[in-house]
Formats: sequence, C-alpha cells, structure tokens
Amino acid sequence: MNNEGLKDLLYKMADDALIIGHRNSEWTGIGPMLEEDLAFSSMAQDKIGHAQALYKILHEILGEEDPDKIAFLREEKKFKCCHFTELPIGEYDFSLVRHFLFDHAEALRYEMLAQSSFQPIVLLAKKIKGEIKYHTMHSDSFLKQLGTGNEESHARMQSALNYAFPFALGIFEKSEFENEIIADGIFAGEEELKKRWLEKIATIIAAATLKLPHVDESKIAYGGRKGFHSEYLKPLLDEMCEVVRTDPEAEW
Amino acid sequence: MESSEVWAALENVKDPEIPVLTVVDMGIITAVQQTTDNRQRTTCIVTMTPTFVGCPAIDVMKKSIYEEVKKLGFDTVEVKVDFETAWTSDRMSEEAKTKLEKFGLAPPPHINGELTEEQLNNVRCPHCGSTDTTLRSAFGSTLCRAIRFCFNCKQGFEQFKPI
Repeated sequence: MNNEGLKDLLYKMADDALIIGHRNSEWTGIGPMLEEDLAFSSMAQDKIGHAQALYKILHEILGEEDPDKIAFLREEKKFKCCHFTELPIGEYDFSLVRHFLFDHAEALRYEMLAQSSFQPIVLLAKKIKGEIKYHTMHSDSFLKQLGTGNEESHARMQSALNYAFPFALGIFEKSEFENEIIADGIFAGEEELKKRWLEKIATIIAAATLKLPHVDESKIAYGGRKGFHSEYLKPLLDEMCEVVRTDPEAEW
Repeated sequence: MESSEVWAALENVKDPEIPVLTVVDMGIITAVQQTTDNRQRTTCIVTMTPTFVGCPAIDVMKKSIYEEVKKLGFDTVEVKVDFETAWTSDRMSEEAKTKLEKFGLAPPPHINGELTEEQLNNVRCPHCGSTDTTLRSAFGSTLCRAIRFCFNCKQGFEQFKPI
C-alpha cells in the first residue's frame, strides 16, 4: 500500500475538516437566529472531531506527530486544505452555499472510502456517515427554502453560488499520488468524486431554482493541496493557534 | 472474576451529558475482556465506541470507566476507544429510552441502519405525549440532541437524535 499517498489523502481531508470547522465556529454567538447559531456551532464541533479522528489515524497507524501538534504546531505550507475552506465566513448566504457544496463532497468522499482497502478509514467512514447526513439535510433545506423564497433571497443565493463555485471545484485538486492510491484501492480518486458530486448537487440546485455557473478551468482555485494557500489561511492559523503556541508544552 | 461484575461496575458510570443514563444503557461499551498473565497479573480491557466522533464527553467517560473498573482489583485496566463497532442510537436499550423520556428528552426511534426524513416526524412530546410535534432544528444543546416543538402543549423540547 502506498503510505505517502494515503497520508496525503488523510492530511487533506483532516485539514479541510479542521479549517472549515474553525470557520463554522466563527458563527457561534452571531448566527442570524438561535437555531442557526446552534447548527453552525454543532457542525463545527463535528468537523473538528472528524479532523481529530483522522489525525489520530495518521499518528497511531502511520507514525505522524501527535494530533494536537499536527493541528496547532505546523507551519502554513504544511497544511493541505483547499482554498474553499479558508475563505472568511462572509455573509450568511455564502456560508450556507459553502456548507452545501463542501458537505456533499465530504459525504460522498466518505461514502467512497467506506469501500477502501485501508480498514481504519472504512470504520471511520461508516461512523461519520450518520453525522454528515444531518449536515447535508440542513444545507439542502436552506438552499431550497432560500432559492425559492423571494427575489432577494434567490438573487443572494445565486450570487453566492457564482462566487463559491470556482473555489468549490478546488476541492478536487489531484494529488501527486492519485494513480497509486486508486491502484491500491485506497480511494477511487478525485475525478470520480467530482463526477458523483456534480450529479448529486445538480438535482438539489435545480430544486432550489438556482443555476450552476460555468467555470473556466483557469479560474479554479487550486494550490491548497500542495501547500500554496489563499491570503486567508495565515491569519486564521495565527488566531487558532495563538494560545497553544505561547507554550506548546503546557499541560491542559 | 465473572464478567457480570465488570458490567455491574460499568453501571456506575453515567453519561455526563445525560446523567440518567449509564454507559451500559447507552450501548457504548462494545467489549469487556479479561486476561491473566503467567505471573498471575490480571488485566481488564474495556472497549467503548463513541456516540459522535467529536463527542467532548468521551475523555470524562473513559476516565470514570477506568476508575470504576480499577476498584474491582485488577492489576491493569485499559479503556480503548475505537470504531470497530459503530455506535448508532439503535444500540440504546429499551429501558434507556424509557429513562430518557422520563428525563424530558424524547428518545430516538429505531432506524435500522439508515435514517430517513420520515423518521424525523412522529416524535412524541415527552411532556404531554402528543405526536403533533415538529423539528425546529436538527442541532441542539449537545451534538446528540435536536430541538423540537409540540403544537399540543406549545412547549419546546429536546430529542436524542436518531443516528
């Protein structure tokens, strides 16, 4: 089994979950209504829990650092998250659209990983499936309600979708080990995931009376998987890691 | 030692977020294993599976389980957390569901593997017993709770989410 390819896959999944989890948590206390404040806070907690479980596999099975060290003491260029997860929360329309696009990709990725040749990820994928179902149910219901709500809500959702889509496609940036992990049966690959994702979101977007924008390949936000990040990641890491970095050896 | 003694000790460990339920009621204990090595040193390994991957109560439960089982006199006690058996709300005992309802939390329906949207309807209000209730938010005060509203008694209530 290709360990480097496997590590690369787990790192990008975990980093995506950690960073979008952190972004979700930024709605805590300022959500547009109590239920939504709770929703984003709960999803943040789930995502960060998923990140921790993935870092734990990296640590316990693949010999990487301790999960807390991986999360808080790596420099920016070691992170493998995509730019999409790094973007600021913006207005609620953007956060909802990102939640919709990202969570469907994540749900499908775990669905595919439930067939992986790497057993630890199979067990985690089966466990996480039930949790993410609540996330996608939440995003789908809002996308439909606001897409078909009134003129303003429709326009805002369409505009958020137009802005978010080139970033969302960056989720599927291929790894340099793509062929190896496919051949080893670890993961069926980003191309296959993107295909399933486009099929899945198309029906929900249509039900929300929204339109999927056309995106030129040159506009897709790639780079994150290789450690080249948007301008937003560094300030996020500085804030997220501020306390730990004042005394990395402190006992909690 | 009879394994029933270990299970009885585990009945003393409550879920810190739902203090009426024990870890056994919750169905999060998946295995209890005892071994004795050739120097007659005894070991007990308790395996648990988390309700939600990011459940913050895991470490507290792990520690309490260790302490309760250690009291039985084993030389070594190990508490393992893994996903070998994935937790679903179907692992809760019927007794646990009754306790939950008395506590004021609507119990999860039996979902048999896959959650459907229909299962999110037809939930009985733990205050008045009416099923004329609706889901207000799938996310509540803890990861495992949803917020519902009862049209009959006009009260909000929480449900332990089916998962």
